[in-house]
Amino acid sequence: MDLAKNSLLYLDGVAVSFDGYKALRGLSMVIEPGEMRAIIGPNGAGKTTMMDVITGKTRPDEGEVLFAGSTDLTQMDEAAIASLGIGRKFQKPTVFESQTVRDNLVLALQGDRGTFATLFHRLTGREATRLDELLETIKLQDRQNELAKNLSHGQKQWLEIGMLLAQEPKLLLVDEPVAGMTDAETMETAHLLRKINETKSVVVVEHDMHFVRELGVKVTVLHEGAVLSEGSIDHVANDPRVIEVYLGR
Amino acid sequence: MITSFLLKGFDRRVTFAVLILAVIAVAVPCFNLYLPQNHPLHVPTYLVQLWGKYAAYAMLAVALDLVWGYCGILSLGHGAFFALGGYAMGMYLMRQIGTRGVYAHPILPDFMVFLNWKELPVTWYGFDWFGYAAFMVMFVPGLLAFVFGWFAFRSRVTGVYLSIITQAMTYALLLAFFRNDMGFGGNNGLTDFKDILGYNIQADTTRAGLFFLTVLAVIVSLILASAIVNSKLGKVLLAIRDAESRTRFIGYRVENFKVFVFTVSACMAGIAGALYVPQVGIINPSEFSPANSIEAVIWVAVGGRGTLVGAVVGAVAVNWGKTWFTGAFPAYWLFALGALFVLVTLFLPKGIIGTLSSLMARRPAPAGTLNPKPAE
Ligand SMILES: Nc1ncnc2c1ncn2[C@@H]1O[C@H](COP(=O)(O)OP(=O)(O)OP(=O)(O)O)[C@@H](O)[C@H]1O
Ligand SMILES: [Mg+2]
Repeated sequence: MDLAKNSLLYLDGVAVSFDGYKALRGLSMVIEPGEMRAIIGPNGAGKTTMMDVITGKTRPDEGEVLFAGSTDLTQMDEAAIASLGIGRKFQKPTVFESQTVRDNLVLALQGDRGTFATLFHRLTGREATRLDELLETIKLQDRQNELAKNLSHGQKQWLEIGMLLAQEPKLLLVDEPVAGMTDAETMETAHLLRKINETKSVVVVEHDMHFVRELGVKVTVLHEGAVLSEGSIDHVANDPRVIEVYLGR
Repeated sequence: MITSFLLKGFDRRVTFAVLILAVIAVAVPCFNLYLPQNHPLHVPTYLVQLWGKYAAYAMLAVALDLVWGYCGILSLGHGAFFALGGYAMGMYLMRQIGTRGVYAHPILPDFMVFLNWKELPVTWYGFDWFGYAAFMVMFVPGLLAFVFGWFAFRSRVTGVYLSIITQAMTYALLLAFFRNDMGFGGNNGLTDFKDILGYNIQADTTRAGLFFLTVLAVIVSLILASAIVNSKLGKVLLAIRDAESRTRFIGYRVENFKVFVFTVSACMAGIAGALYVPQVGIINPSEFSPANSIEAVIWVAVGGRGTLVGAVVGAVAVNWGKTWFTGAFPAYWLFALGALFVLVTLFLPKGIIGTLSSLMARRPAPAGTLNPKPAE
């Protein structure tokens, strides 16, 4: 129980099945406040499903999911979980394509999400400053008034990270941020995430080993819906069970 | 707060449309009332009435575009909100008849006397007072939309399923209003109106006044809808339309936004119906027929979904076409309408206004910058 109390995110024995197929079977994991954790695992290991459970998209059949030691996430919906301070970047980048880069960030900016508050909302000076900061962080100042659909794949990924930051979350869940990026973009994204981790906790799912090595953080290996191994990148890379799972890849 | 909110509604397209509509609202009644019959610019009364009807349809189309074009809610039941507003107005007009009815009953409308009813049903209380009727014109459709939306959107019914249940809703109302014991005139509906607010409903001046008010209502609804879509809430609506679950993950309660916009839109449709009824002189259950709601969707598609001004253009254009077509080949209108829908979907997917505005957006750009490549 102590483990739960001092943690930011606490998963214990989480199980999820889809029509009999067990996507998660007894997944347990603890993320400390301020930590950055990398999660790897072969296709279908349950990484995305794990994020679905944390963010309220999927209800687990069994197990405990606690945020900040005490808040039970399994009883809340997506919007409520988001407003607790858990932000998510999806595997397939989903930005609002028919709106400008800046408007995408405006939508994500922390603030009252109520219907009438948004109806009568006027951008404050502080919000405008924050928007400029975010645009600079994700290097999209020059394209802020363009429609998001005109961005390159890598830029969409960054915009999504920017939207995540705009929500001022305590915990960021980032699903495959560098898929489809060039090597240079990948390294820049690692840099960006490390910078973000100076103030926020991050859970990042990624296949790209170079990227995970570049992050230089504790790694959890998922396999068939449960934790296979955990530790430094060198530790897990030399774990015989991990080698077996990844054999031939 | 309200002023700065409404000011957001005046983007270029809407301002332009509002100016044109304002000219029409004033010019048509003047040309009807003050120019001699033989003057080339004289507008005959039957046209004032016909165009007033188009204006009411245009307002319905704006209401529909607000939910469909901007929030992706394809309502196939907006005709029901229109008809409910129309019935509320019809009930007021019925009670104005008083002793001038065939049976000359001071309280009961003719059809109730005919059915041998002894007293006025509770649903009809208060409708002799215009203020109450005007309130019900918005309240009844708004309440229905709120309750319907509350259940449908909370259970996350979307897409085709939502369209089907909206269609079922209007069909159920159609059947209900057909029944005599509902107390709304059954099959025959409400008609034989005499006057509105003391003015003879047949008089040219009343018709001209109704025309003016209806176009004014179109203007107000355009500005209001435009203010909504240009606000931050409008951005949320677009976000819901394009990526609903993503919008939830940023922390917006999608169902609340949908209920809000659906209710606003239903109130607007109700007012449109209320303005329609005194101009056509009758409201009956056929206004609930599912085909009406589908026709409204076609107006919006033709004019350009998600452009607001397009809804007005589409409603007027299609109905003008309908008037002409049903005169020339009465049996084939539904085929023509179907063909129009298919053609627009295939060849003009953005509709008239959508296509025009993307042409205009493209023209000023010098050659070679048509499709700027994303920078590395
Ligand atoms: N909604 C769903 N319905 C049915 N099966 C699902 C659903 N979501 C996920 N699954 C299945 O659960 C398993 C785990 O999927 P998940 O997406 O979590 O894997 P992943 O680790 O993210 O894989 P990848 O590396 O390919 O993204 C897969 O076999 C997948 O087919
Ligand atoms: Mg995945």
